[in-house]
Amino acid sequence: MVYLDYSATTFPNKEVIDSFNKTLLKYPGNANSMHELGRNAYHLIEASTKQVAELLNVLPSEVIFTSGASEANNLAIMGTILKFKNRGKHIITTKLEHSSVLETMEFLKKNGYKIDYLKLDSHGHVVLNDLKNKLSSETILVSIAHVNSELGVVQDINKLGEILKEYPKVIFHVDGTQAIGKIPVDLSLVDLYSMSSHKIYGLKGVGALIKKKNIELEPIIHGGKSQTIYRSGTPTQALYASFAKALKLSLLNSQEKYNQVVKLNAKLRRELKSIEGLHINSDEFCIPHILNISLEGIKPEVMLNALSLEEIYISTKTACSNSEVLSLSVLEVTKEEEYARTSLRISLSYLTTESEIDYFIKVFKEKTNELRFRKGE
Amino acid sequence: MNRVILIKYGELTTKKGNRKLFINTLYSNILKKLKGLEVNIFKDMSRMYIEYDSLNEKEILKRIGEIFGIHSYMIAYKTNSNLNDIKKTISEVIETSFDMSLNYTFKVETKRSDKSFKNNSMECNDIFGSYILKNYSNLKVDVHAYDILVHVEIRKDFSYVYINEYKGLGGYPVGVLGKGLLMLSGGIDSPVAGYLALKRGIKLDLVYFEAIPHTSLEARNKVLELAKKLLVYGFDMKLIVVPFTKLQEEIYKNVPGNYSITIMRRMMYRIMEKLTKRFKGLAIINGESVGQVASQTLTSMKVINSVTNLPVIRPVACLDKLEIIDISKKIDTYDISILPYEDCCTVFVPKHPIINPNLEHCLEMEANFNYEELITEIINNLMVIDITSKESEYEDIL
Repeated sequence: MVYLDYSATTFPNKEVIDSFNKTLLKYPGNANSMHELGRNAYHLIEASTKQVAELLNVLPSEVIFTSGASEANNLAIMGTILKFKNRGKHIITTKLEHSSVLETMEFLKKNGYKIDYLKLDSHGHVVLNDLKNKLSSETILVSIAHVNSELGVVQDINKLGEILKEYPKVIFHVDGTQAIGKIPVDLSLVDLYSMSSHKIYGLKGVGALIKKKNIELEPIIHGGKSQTIYRSGTPTQALYASFAKALKLSLLNSQEKYNQVVKLNAKLRRELKSIEGLHINSDEFCIPHILNISLEGIKPEVMLNALSLEEIYISTKTACSNSEVLSLSVLEVTKEEEYARTSLRISLSYLTTESEIDYFIKVFKEKTNELRFRKGE
Repeated sequence: MNRVILIKYGELTTKKGNRKLFINTLYSNILKKLKGLEVNIFKDMSRMYIEYDSLNEKEILKRIGEIFGIHSYMIAYKTNSNLNDIKKTISEVIETSFDMSLNYTFKVETKRSDKSFKNNSMECNDIFGSYILKNYSNLKVDVHAYDILVHVEIRKDFSYVYINEYKGLGGYPVGVLGKGLLMLSGGIDSPVAGYLALKRGIKLDLVYFEAIPHTSLEARNKVLELAKKLLVYGFDMKLIVVPFTKLQEEIYKNVPGNYSITIMRRMMYRIMEKLTKRFKGLAIINGESVGQVASQTLTSMKVINSVTNLPVIRPVACLDKLEIIDISKKIDTYDISILPYEDCCTVFVPKHPIINPNLEHCLEMEANFNYEELITEIINNLMVIDITSKESEYEDIL
């Protein structure tokens, strides 16, 4: 098997699974119970929260565990608008967002909110002046993905944060799902930051929203205090602990891991460039972990299935978006409908080996010839 | 950039004969203390070097600040042993450590362990000094009153540049002087006594005298919390819980009130002597402070102490209460110590405990009941708890 779909999900690290299993067995109590079993669970949650906070350089009280990044994004957006609906009805975002942001925006639009999408330059970067122009006294929220999941476009959240510092009433939410564990993350100028465990070799079903202490949010799951007041439900200490572990492991040796991916990405680009009719949509400013390409004349689903039969796994658009024909992100950045219609995403990990890349390229070239030949018949 | 933590040894460097033992003990203590933080440690006779993942830098620095036997430590930037690379590294160190919009004075101090290096130390100081002057208009030389002391260490394979030195805890590496048993009551003084004993390189096991149901389980948990605080500075500690109820009750039945504390302390010392032997200790350590209470007058101490020949170390003997409190706040035990649970020294307190007890009287009173049998029973029913740190409690999970 050659797995090149790490941006859809990663496989959990064995130590993370161990952490989950051990917690289930050793700390079975309900952390809300006042007896010893409950207190033990509570203390473990405290330690897990502290670890996450320290790794991200925030306070323990600023960590809200969620079921994943989609919930974190929903909590960030809905929690803000519910809290500040009287302040204004204007939200600013981009077309490079994950569906859990885009579709929440669509929902809000139907409910009377004004949603503005920022202009992007040819690299997919937010045009800073456009942000300045669009901000108004009605604006309550700016929500921007740190790293786009389809192309790997990275936004400079510090520059954006600097601009938004001048607007203390505007909440700045960043979806960091594809950034955390891959590139250095500095949360000093961000109000809210979403992340997910299963993108960093952790388990599915857990993630977090970082909420700076001076930021107010309305809970979207009511029911009293759990790990935090922002999300009710019996605290799931096994998932929290596994997330703390996954986050720690993902940040270890980060430079070496990054360099390995840079090397693989360079090799992949070099080889793919020689294929006729292939366009590389992710430019050199994108993170090396994601390489989005378009293959002229071949339906992406067909290529995906052909590779899948050879146990090579890549993706078309992102695993989360539904089956619209065009990739909104690719269209937005390349402005080419053909590229947006035929895009494939290859996503790499530090675990990827050179021989996997070699094998992928060999099979990919064969399949390209084969599928084009068939089409010609 | 390649950063390492450089550790300079403390007082141990003056003890020539034991140097190797000291360094090895310190090395193994540092290893234990940094367990789980993915470090590589290298040692030579004058320094230790720790390679680490920058992710853990803060935590590692914090923990090194909790290890006895370290004189000072610093983050050193490793570079190649040539003038150009060293200059580049000096720039990086200065720019990452100081606000470049402010003015500073500086001094360069070069040490050259590689004597074959083409420039001598003085020449190096000049070269690096003028490099800094040329490149940073906000930095001026002042070799007496400097804000920044730039250290350069030139070795054969590589060199180090460092500026900020952190002061270590000093003292001796815990364990070099063997083990002592600390009488840990739950009050303010005994944890401080333990801390000071650790500082002089004494490894500790802890002894808690428990008189359930006169004392509560909360009191034991309080002692466990204190033990965890001491474990920050110590290693592999056990808490020995002594079932003292029966013996204590017998004392109150058979001994007049004014002597009960004196006799109780004599019994505790007898038990301590047996435990010290059993747990391979060399001394008894406690938090007695001269004059603080009736059992801590010199006369009382003499009468109580006469049941054992073991050295009894009283690290806080000559400290004022306020001095003891200061230390207990520093080591974070104060807030636990003042929790209001009874310990076995505070239950059954007589109205007027004797301050000048007489040894003959003690012996007469003790002849009234068979305490030896009770002590044997106690020794056979000890509860021994391994103290685990907060970090290691979740070590296999987080």
